[in-house]
Amino acid sequence: MSARSIRNKLAPYALVFPGWVWLMIFFVVPIVAMLSVSTMTGNDLEGFKQTWHLGTYADAWNQFHDRIIRSLIYGIVATAICLLIGYPVAYWIAFRGGKYKSSLLFLLLLPFFVSFVIRTLSWQFMLGDSGLIHGALHGIHVEHGLFTVLRALNLADTDGQYTQTNMAVIGGLVYNFLPFAILPIYVSLERVQPVLLEASADLYASKTLAFLKVVFPLSIPGLFASVLLTFVPVASDYVDAQILGGTHQTMIGTVIDTQYITDLQYPTAAALSFILMAILLIGVFVYARVLGTEDALEMAAA
Amino acid sequence: MSEEMRPDLSPDLLRGLTQPRLSRRRMMQMGGLSALGLALSACSIKGTQPNAGSGTGTAATTGGGGDSMWGQQRAIEKFWTGYTKADGQLNFANWPLYMDVDPDDDSVHPSLDEFTKKSGIKVKYDEVIDEDDTYYAKIAPLLKAGRSTGYDLMVITNGIELDALITRDYLLPLDQTRMPNFYAQASDLVKDPSYDRGNVFTMAWQSGITGIAYNPKKVGKKITSWQDLLDPALKGKIGMFADNQDLPGCALCAVGVNPETSTPADWQKAADWLIKQQPLVRKYYSQDYIGDLKAGNTWVSMAWSGDVFQANASGAELEFIVPKEGALIWTDNMCIPRYADHPLDAMTYMDYVYQPEVAATLDDYINYFTPVPAARDIYLQEAADAKKSGDKEGEDYYNGLANSPLIFPTAQDLTLLHRYRVLTQDELTQWNALFQPIVQA
Repeated sequence: MSARSIRNKLAPYALVFPGWVWLMIFFVVPIVAMLSVSTMTGNDLEGFKQTWHLGTYADAWNQFHDRIIRSLIYGIVATAICLLIGYPVAYWIAFRGGKYKSSLLFLLLLPFFVSFVIRTLSWQFMLGDSGLIHGALHGIHVEHGLFTVLRALNLADTDGQYTQTNMAVIGGLVYNFLPFAILPIYVSLERVQPVLLEASADLYASKTLAFLKVVFPLSIPGLFASVLLTFVPVASDYVDAQILGGTHQTMIGTVIDTQYITDLQYPTAAALSFILMAILLIGVFVYARVLGTEDALEMAAA
Repeated sequence: MSEEMRPDLSPDLLRGLTQPRLSRRRMMQMGGLSALGLALSACSIKGTQPNAGSGTGTAATTGGGGDSMWGQQRAIEKFWTGYTKADGQLNFANWPLYMDVDPDDDSVHPSLDEFTKKSGIKVKYDEVIDEDDTYYAKIAPLLKAGRSTGYDLMVITNGIELDALITRDYLLPLDQTRMPNFYAQASDLVKDPSYDRGNVFTMAWQSGITGIAYNPKKVGKKITSWQDLLDPALKGKIGMFADNQDLPGCALCAVGVNPETSTPADWQKAADWLIKQQPLVRKYYSQDYIGDLKAGNTWVSMAWSGDVFQANASGAELEFIVPKEGALIWTDNMCIPRYADHPLDAMTYMDYVYQPEVAATLDDYINYFTPVPAARDIYLQEAADAKKSGDKEGEDYYNGLANSPLIFPTAQDLTLLHRYRVLTQDELTQWNALFQPIVQA
């Protein structure tokens, strides 16, 4: 083989090489290191030794499973609300935005110019017991009714208290992650060509039917991506629960943080991270199977 | 893509592009192998316990079993005699709101400027410490690796993290010959404290109480005891701390136990007390409890004494009490992290703040217990001067400082105040496992 042909043969591999190195250093190595830490035993003072102690996983699950399950429920509810609000918004911007499209998208992204923590803190301020919202709703006498509903849904506990409730945490999560739900849907709706709508009208489809048979199926990849981009970070978020939550709203992210930083219990923290990651991965794969298109994965990657 | 379409591509390259790629199974096998290899190579995390008897470079070890006490003493002296002149630079890590500021410019600290003028040492002052545990988590890996933290002086609360810094040999022993002001002026509270016998590593910055603060108007009655925090009428209006020292410590006081000498059986009782209280608690705060207290989201809360003084100074009407079962006293301590670049400059500053005038200037702003009782004479002098010049407001102000039990604790308060429990590594694990699930329910 000539030198040239060897070079040509190696070229494609050389081109993907940086990508592989990147994945190796920033993904495979940390994951494997974490996996290895999760089966160690010991303490910070004497050090941690690899003893292949799998019991840590069982202990971690037994001790913290209710907080993992709570995080997943928050994730599912917040994602569902994000989609319910986000889909119409994305639809409206894509089909009715006209020349204001880019301004509208800019408005969506505008909150990102202020730190996530500060925006959440400002909600704490507004929802406080003597905050704006309490004052306004109390003034128009709808508050008692509202709390009857919230209590029935297990979203609030005491009359007149918005913060430190499930509602506040889920609300904070929806607020913070809504743009991540809207943007991918927008991208997929934006790609739907108007000629398709004309064609469906030519074939006597009503507007509703056209939406159900043409527009919605074409937006599924976007929907898929938006579920991924919302559900995964929401389930592992811990800022909202810490600021807006109270005594029974702790999410698993906070627990992992405490195990790492305060308690220096690296094995427990690593095991919890893995349990969470495994649950999320399985969930995502099942979800991908059900929705089941190559398209969807490609869209998610895009 | 066919070859006719791209005649410029060599057949070899095309084959390279179209050859069967790694199969999924093969991929998994390779991944598994490399994972295994890496896992084996990373098969332990080194402990942080100092090696017994081994001297670490220029600095003396303290936990060294092989060194005699005299040997250690000589090593410390030898280290310090190597420094005869300050470098003229001090990098100071402290907590927010813990240093006087110019009323017009928050970044100007008049007392630090004064220090620079007197000593020729420039100060880089950073408010980088929010919590002891997170700050410890930041600096511990550097110290473990034998690297400087970038700071010459830091302020750490007595307790789990300070104990950890000392047992892991992460602090520089102080030069006892360079602390004349400390030995002349320091209060009994901070001299030779239980967490650092002989002030080998630390000098106090400020002390304070963890007790109860409440809003008398909202609560509508006097709060005198920890048991008042079990009152169902206060449901959803009670704030507690989320930390693993103040909260368990106060719960131990609540069940009538001195935290300092408590046993694991007492801890269980305290945990039960907290669990009983939990349905009434609005939130376990790791930050900004005082904001919620001021805003009326909580009516009664665990609190640090100085925060309440500052909140009241800015218009709040809160009351701070030491409950009759007792409360906690803590001390934030100046200490020099090992591998500090300018240790002598740090020493100079630490002793400098023990002059009564300097202490008085600092506490006029900080409002916690000053470690220098003589600062009170300065306030009384200021009050007398103000009276002479007919400045009624100034007179009241300085008398207020001099007579505040939040700055100069009364003897009666001091009998009710307890230090934190010092915990061994195993006890700490047990302690955390007991109290953390309550906070993070």
